[in-house]
Amino acid sequence: MQETDYLLLVIGMGLVTYIPRYLPLFLLAQRELPCWLIEWLDMIPAAILSALVFSELFLSGSPRHLELISAKSLAAIPTLFVALRTGSLGWTVISGMAVFWMAEKIL
Amino acid sequence: MNRFDLILRGIKAAWPICIGYLPLGFAFGVLAQKAGLDLLDIALMSVLVYAGSSQFIAVAMLSSAAAPLSIILTTFIVNLRHFLMSSSLAVYLHGESRRFLSLFAYGVTDESFAINLVRFREGGWDRYQALAVNQLTNFTWIGSTILGRFAGQFVLAGSYGIDYALSAMFLCLLTFQLRGRIYLLTAIISGAAAVAISLVVSGNSFVIMASLLGATAGFALKRYARRRRGLCAGN
Repeated sequence: MQETDYLLLVIGMGLVTYIPRYLPLFLLAQRELPCWLIEWLDMIPAAILSALVFSELFLSGSPRHLELISAKSLAAIPTLFVALRTGSLGWTVISGMAVFWMAEKIL
Repeated sequence: MNRFDLILRGIKAAWPICIGYLPLGFAFGVLAQKAGLDLLDIALMSVLVYAGSSQFIAVAMLSSAAAPLSIILTTFIVNLRHFLMSSSLAVYLHGESRRFLSLFAYGVTDESFAINLVRFREGGWDRYQALAVNQLTNFTWIGSTILGRFAGQFVLAGSYGIDYALSAMFLCLLTFQLRGRIYLLTAIISGAAAVAISLVVSGNSFVIMASLLGATAGFALKRYARRRRGLCAGN
């Protein structure tokens, strides 16, 4: 790929990434939002993060398939416990990595 | 508190995300190099796009000589979820200037979004702290992808549980959101939907579909349970 083609590619990628990040802020931050919208938006974070977590833990391979019991999903149990107990992102990431590392050695 | 103290609090909130980004950025740098991207290419993509998973996908598509337009379209679909995140954050950035918003928007990622939203909800979180979180994680990402270009080949893929950093990060960020039964229910619906949809639909659009479905189901359940109108809850 030519250097100019590559530059056009990443500029294109940058634009289509930036616009969805910017548009809601631009449109919504300047006005009062209706109650129902605020309530609906309030549900979005739990929904997105859960969709990301479940697909990380329970899917594997390409083409992807369901794998309910794996080192990833088993390590999630103690990791979840640490997250709920400490409420600390740092400790959860560090202990999650440690538990997964051990789980992979054992399994 | 002066601006310096505010930014310091931003650093305290951002470091765990930075730890999570380091191995990912490293991995990206290694893969990008193997796909034939040089240092400038890698830096350009990390600066202009700044969205981890879509960058991995783009590199994979580049190595299989995919058409640029299809790479851009895929990037768009994968990153469309940020639309929902910015919408949630907009509630707390009411009345900010366009200039601030355009800078802030650049740094909205899965992780910075989750951290900032929790802090905004708790109160006492200021726009400069939020921006500091966005920018620090941004610099870490860019820096680590560049480092990965050089040092990545010495780090064995999959060592020390590095592969699990992202999963653990998402798990913890999710627990921050579970502030009641209704949120737990929303999460379960959305998560189950994500797995189900992803098995049927190829690509990464299942995250958006499942999130919309889960959030709408949760919203409907909440409304049904309360049966009261005109009250803004959850703020």
